[in-house]
Amino acid sequence: MHLTTPEQIDQKLHKILPKVTKPGRYVGGEFNSVVKNWAATPLKASLVFPDIYDIGISNVGLKILYDILNARADCLAERSYAVWRDMEDLMRQHSVPLYSMESHHPLSQFDLIGFSIPYETLYTNTLNVIDLAGIPVMSVERSDNHPIIIAGGHSTLNPEPMHAFIDAFVIGEGEEVISEIADVVLRHKLSDGSRDRGAILRDLASLKGVYVPLYYDVDYHSDNTIRAITPNQPFASAIVTKRMVPVLPPPPTKFIVPNIEAVHNRISVEIMRGCTRGCRFCHAGIINRPVRERSVQEVVEAVAAAIDSTGFEEVALLSLSSSDYSNITELVKAVSERFADKHLGISLPSLRIETVSVDLMDQLRDRRGTGFTLAPEAASERMRRTINKYISDEQLLETVREIYSRGWTTVKLYFMIGHPSETLEDVQAIADLCKRVLSEGRKIIGGRARVNAGVSTFVPKPHTPFQWVQCDDMDQIRQKQDLLRRVLKDRNIKLSWTVAEDTMIEAWLSRGDRNISRVIHTAWKKGVKFDAWQEERKFSHWLQAFEEEGIDPSFYTHRTRNVDEVFPWEHISTAVSKKFLFQDYAMSLKQQIREDCRKQCYACGILPTFIEERRQNPGDFWKCPHVKPKTETLAVV
Amino acid sequence: MRLRVLFEKQGALRYIGHLDLHKIWERSTRRANITLAYSQGFHPMPKIQLASALPLGFSSRAELVDLFTVADMDPHQAQAQLQAAVPSGIHIHSIEVIDPARPPLQVETAASEFEVDISEICPNSDALADLQLRLEHLLIKTSIPRERRGKQYDLRPLIEQAKLEDGKVLRLRLSAREGATGRPEEVLAELGIAFEDTDIERSQIFFRSTEVSL
Repeated sequence: MHLTTPEQIDQKLHKILPKVTKPGRYVGGEFNSVVKNWAATPLKASLVFPDIYDIGISNVGLKILYDILNARADCLAERSYAVWRDMEDLMRQHSVPLYSMESHHPLSQFDLIGFSIPYETLYTNTLNVIDLAGIPVMSVERSDNHPIIIAGGHSTLNPEPMHAFIDAFVIGEGEEVISEIADVVLRHKLSDGSRDRGAILRDLASLKGVYVPLYYDVDYHSDNTIRAITPNQPFASAIVTKRMVPVLPPPPTKFIVPNIEAVHNRISVEIMRGCTRGCRFCHAGIINRPVRERSVQEVVEAVAAAIDSTGFEEVALLSLSSSDYSNITELVKAVSERFADKHLGISLPSLRIETVSVDLMDQLRDRRGTGFTLAPEAASERMRRTINKYISDEQLLETVREIYSRGWTTVKLYFMIGHPSETLEDVQAIADLCKRVLSEGRKIIGGRARVNAGVSTFVPKPHTPFQWVQCDDMDQIRQKQDLLRRVLKDRNIKLSWTVAEDTMIEAWLSRGDRNISRVIHTAWKKGVKFDAWQEERKFSHWLQAFEEEGIDPSFYTHRTRNVDEVFPWEHISTAVSKKFLFQDYAMSLKQQIREDCRKQCYACGILPTFIEERRQNPGDFWKCPHVKPKTETLAVV
Repeated sequence: MRLRVLFEKQGALRYIGHLDLHKIWERSTRRANITLAYSQGFHPMPKIQLASALPLGFSSRAELVDLFTVADMDPHQAQAQLQAAVPSGIHIHSIEVIDPARPPLQVETAASEFEVDISEICPNSDALADLQLRLEHLLIKTSIPRERRGKQYDLRPLIEQAKLEDGKVLRLRLSAREGATGRPEEVLAELGIAFEDTDIERSQIFFRSTEVSL
């Protein structure tokens, strides 16, 4: 029987924490964490990042929800994370259930558990967290006494692989809908402390942007492709369209300051959401539309407030493409001047490959030791056109010359292999480009010049123009990686890559349908977890799980989809139309480029879906075209 | 200005190590709006000195940190500002101004005193008498060879004092000089006690010349 009170849990922790690595992960007590009165607060929500504390503590999405929920008098939100293996073993041995950081209450005593699942390799961990909390992992096995389990985050834009374990999914942005969900759960709390699960799920399904898998049926063709996905209840809408906040609310500033070293120890301020570039491989670029910017003043004030409230020594100005932020020069100037004497490190990720970017980084006095990162993603003219991330070699080399001559010694280049129709020549081009970059560096700073080439493998993601294409298989991936390793033998070029097994796991999970949930369940039962950790990978367990469930993994990864195939995510809408995506895919086959949509609207579907929001929020902060104000209907005279 | 902070480390902070504590003081100082002096060089570091490291899992009533600030300030004012800016688990007892020319804290520290709560493992007088006997046998020895992290060392000269009090506290005074630091859990291991079955708190730090206590 599990321990049930925080006092019992603390007593046991006193005995087991000295035996685990980094016990500071499991105790809470951080500056800016919020501890409210448990007994006096009606709604208790637990927010979980299903990887270890060191990674989860920096998640900004959960921090936003934490602030929103804790700002309500009728609600408290506390955090939990996955625990490392040593801690899990001791917790299971001593009947310690997973508990919250703030009050050390077991997760099973919360009304609502919300998972942030930004990437697919957290799926098995999510099951493990639910199980370690002493809650049935299968949604259908839960009763009124169990918490309602919801999930959101980028990966859940294809919710089906996790449909069996999560009661309700948030599709899209959570800032508004989280409060609506809290209201629903509160409304159906019963006098004995349990919850009317049926009523809650029904009301959740009626909310915009909430998907309750229970209320949808999936019919298959004989070849296992999908015939149709249809709601089985009148209150469930046929298509669940993502939520989108027309104006970004003020960014969080009271970040929780971990007492131990975390992966990111920093203030993160989102300067802009969305991206107008339209790179065809990019999931984030599609699902976060439309582009909405924060003002320079709002960002600078947020940074100042966050420094005061956290004492952090690093600031990250986050967006998918910093260079595209309208007032980037002004922002960088304001930030570097205002915080000049604060001993701060300021990072500005995702800069475009142009010399202006070097000026920006120079102004921020970004630490030279860390290298300058550029992400060309492809090296041949043909591939760059195919993926719609066009840049000329000359422009790239000019940027690189500027970087080396301004004092950086390392240029980090990010590429992907496995783009649609890629050949070995295209891969060879990556190696050639790395060598050319290094030789430019040698001309400027001699033997100190370094190149780090990070080469990941493309996975065609749901909701993108490439959702119809297949992945490279393991042999193709290895052949391409072998080529790179063979050709890039220079000791001043450091090559890193994603192992083929990891790419396969990511691909199965991101492209999966409901049947994949059986594979996830079986794999987890075999001990699979921490799929995002290379050293923890258990690829053979995954293959066995597929075999036991009678499912062919290549069905998901190595099959080009028909134009009219119904995708497992067909009932989930990002507001970007399938027609637009297919048109873009067709353009990629002809290597046609589509320019930045700030310059010209290509009618991706966002504006018609959110036309009312746009009308009510005119202004240049939102990068879609303006729409006409509604004219009063003229009375017929 | 060199400020010497005497503080308690309790609660969740028992599980936070020495390096992390360094970072906690750096950030707390920034939150308190007190500007620290930085070292010169390519990677300037804030000037913070901690006394002898406290093992993970132990609480303390007598931790010391020296903070080197850019500006002179009133220690009472500094204490008020810092107390509002530290995480829960740190309680500041006092702050005094120290001559910057004095040696670093690590050098001045000579010994630590620990109180080990043994009430759980010695629930009755028989168990207590047994422990008393084992303690006497231990202290009679002239040498206690032990191995820690693959290194051989002699624990005996590091034990300056060890006595049972009131039947529930084992008071240990262990050397805390540089390169000669006695660890309470090593003494407990020699006595056949699993340290996680006890509560251990540092109660005093002794300097070569003076003594810091509450």
